Amino acid sequence: MTGSNGGIPRWVDVGLIPLINILMAFFVSGLIILLIGEDPIEAVGILLYGAFGTDYGIGYTLYYTTNFIFTGLAVAVAFHAGLFNIGGEGQAYIGGLGVGLVLLSLDSSLPLILLVPISILASALFGAAWAYIPAYLQAYRGSHIVITTIMFNFIASALMVYLLVNVLIQPGQMSPQSREFADTSWLPFMHEVFAWFGMSITRSPLNLSIFWALICCALVWAFIWRTRWGYEIRTVGFNETAAVYAGINPKKIVILAMCVSGGLAGFVGLNEILGVHHRLLLNFQLGYGFAGIAVALMGRNHPIGIILASLLFGTLYQGGAELSFDMPKVTREMVEVVQGLVILFSGALALMIKPTVERIYVVVAAIAAGRRSTVEG
Amino acid sequence: MDDFFILLVSTLDATIRVAAPLVLAALAGLYAERSGVIDIGLEGKMLAAAFAAAATSFVMNSAWAGLLAGISISVILALIHGFACITHKGNQVVSGVAINILVAGLTVTLGIAWFAQGGQTPSLTNDARFSPLLWPGAEAVKDIPFIGGLYTEIISGHNLLVYIAYLAVPLTWWVVYRTRFGLRLRAVGENPAAVDTAGISVTALRYQAMICCGFLCGIAGTYLSTAQNAGFVKNMTAGQGFIALAAMIFGKWKPVPAMMACLLFGFLDAVANRIQGVSMPLVGEIPVQLIQALPYILTVILLAGFIGKAVAPKASGIPYVKER
Repeated sequence: MTGSNGGIPRWVDVGLIPLINILMAFFVSGLIILLIGEDPIEAVGILLYGAFGTDYGIGYTLYYTTNFIFTGLAVAVAFHAGLFNIGGEGQAYIGGLGVGLVLLSLDSSLPLILLVPISILASALFGAAWAYIPAYLQAYRGSHIVITTIMFNFIASALMVYLLVNVLIQPGQMSPQSREFADTSWLPFMHEVFAWFGMSITRSPLNLSIFWALICCALVWAFIWRTRWGYEIRTVGFNETAAVYAGINPKKIVILAMCVSGGLAGFVGLNEILGVHHRLLLNFQLGYGFAGIAVALMGRNHPIGIILASLLFGTLYQGGAELSFDMPKVTREMVEVVQGLVILFSGALALMIKPTVERIYVVVAAIAAGRRSTVEG
Repeated sequence: MDDFFILLVSTLDATIRVAAPLVLAALAGLYAERSGVIDIGLEGKMLAAAFAAAATSFVMNSAWAGLLAGISISVILALIHGFACITHKGNQVVSGVAINILVAGLTVTLGIAWFAQGGQTPSLTNDARFSPLLWPGAEAVKDIPFIGGLYTEIISGHNLLVYIAYLAVPLTWWVVYRTRFGLRLRAVGENPAAVDTAGISVTALRYQAMICCGFLCGIAGTYLSTAQNAGFVKNMTAGQGFIALAAMIFGKWKPVPAMMACLLFGFLDAVANRIQGVSMPLVGEIPVQLIQALPYILTVILLAGFIGKAVAPKASGIPYVKER
């Protein structure tokens, strides 16, 4: 999308430059940790142990990863159409509402094997519906999707507070949350799945949703690169005028891309509501929608990249939580700092180092060519 | 009748106080967007300024030092946004999101490291805050019906930053519509190529607009932590930067209508706090959440073109590439 490649090979463009960008983000994060008086190297060690040192840590890391995959894919699909879906937060929230409503009405009357597909459908449908309105307004009324999706995040939040405080609250309860679903309707935890095979691992919130996240990665890959819709989405994102001449209706594509995007974000509700909390509650989606932007940028909008970036952020989330026990000054919020820096360096400043890298590459290539010619000569 | 009047006065008083930071932030967004730079980082800049102001006020025991710190950090963030979007032609929305997330994390991280109070700053004494200014004669006329209440509660008795906020509105109007800088600012947001052709630097103009933007957000953030409250609390902007953004759009990128939108949103907020649990005639109890969501809903409806048409500056969001 950036036009000319400046004569640098592909591996520099898609491998080296993003890597340098991320390293810069980590470097600045390290400086901030130094600033608050802790040792960044030691912090990384504790963080990695916290995330991967125990099966409990791995469970949590992968549980966070699951959410990041969903929101990362959501942002990426919209990006491919040239749209910025900043409303993942609200779509995830409403997606969770969809799951919650299904479970609250059907949990004791249907078996799990039916509830799971219905919940998947409901979260996708609700998330997509929440994305549909901004998409429609963008396509047919010309309102800016960034602004409307931001507004819809706040509207979703107000709606959920209203519903949980006034409508869905468990009678006799003070805290705004629904009743717990019947335990036959819970998505099995990973430690339970392992127990079926006689293996014992420590309890963690990791549940079967992670497989759905991986399936979604494959589906999104197929959708974007192997279907006509995906082709049309990419065409509109690449050049809307050209798309029109090719007979594509950009308005429909905007709505399609946003609905797919919203549906993917809605799956956060699946992981959180059906998988972990087993009841509808407030703010279960907090931060994942925005983190999806960092994940998509870092993963270059490709499912493989998104899995890797999600794993990285999952590691940061879990490791960061553990880190605060050993270094009280380094809390979960430090992860937000890293996230912000990653978005800044790999997103907003993505092109900053490109000219420099190009110049260095040309010089290095010239030297290498010169040496080869002297060796040959 | 008397009760109603007292309620009205207190609601209007609250409206003015709640709307003040919105007005400042909306004007900040106006400078940025009129120059062609979308800034959804108003929230982040306000939050950073709120933290810097509270931390500095506490350490130096001076509200003025706090104001200076708040403005400085906000201008620095605005310049980072400019560096990414103007110099490096990065995506303006991405950059704004980055600043919001970065600041949300950094304020708490630094707060914990420096003050060890769970991300808050210690509460400020009155010396370290902007306290209400009592206008001459306010005490004397207080008991006169109507006029007394209006003068004492609504006109007098706010802190300095509130007056600055409302003075910034005519000032911005004058700058944008009556000065050479304003003319160029509007031009660069509509047609940067023409401005460039006239031999004026698009880059310099946009950076100047970003400084104005940072300056005003800085005052807005300072107001939150050292005037409205007595210290910084984690995520204390709570979406006000986005409400200000909405107000600016609602005001169609014009200073006075933007202020009116801020007052409307502030009024909704003040009303929401007062009618909680109160049953209204005819409609019954109105959910507070509905009133809280109204600014966002109204903005969406406006953007959809159902009440008037909101047209953004033509070049906003598009990095300017000089032809070679």
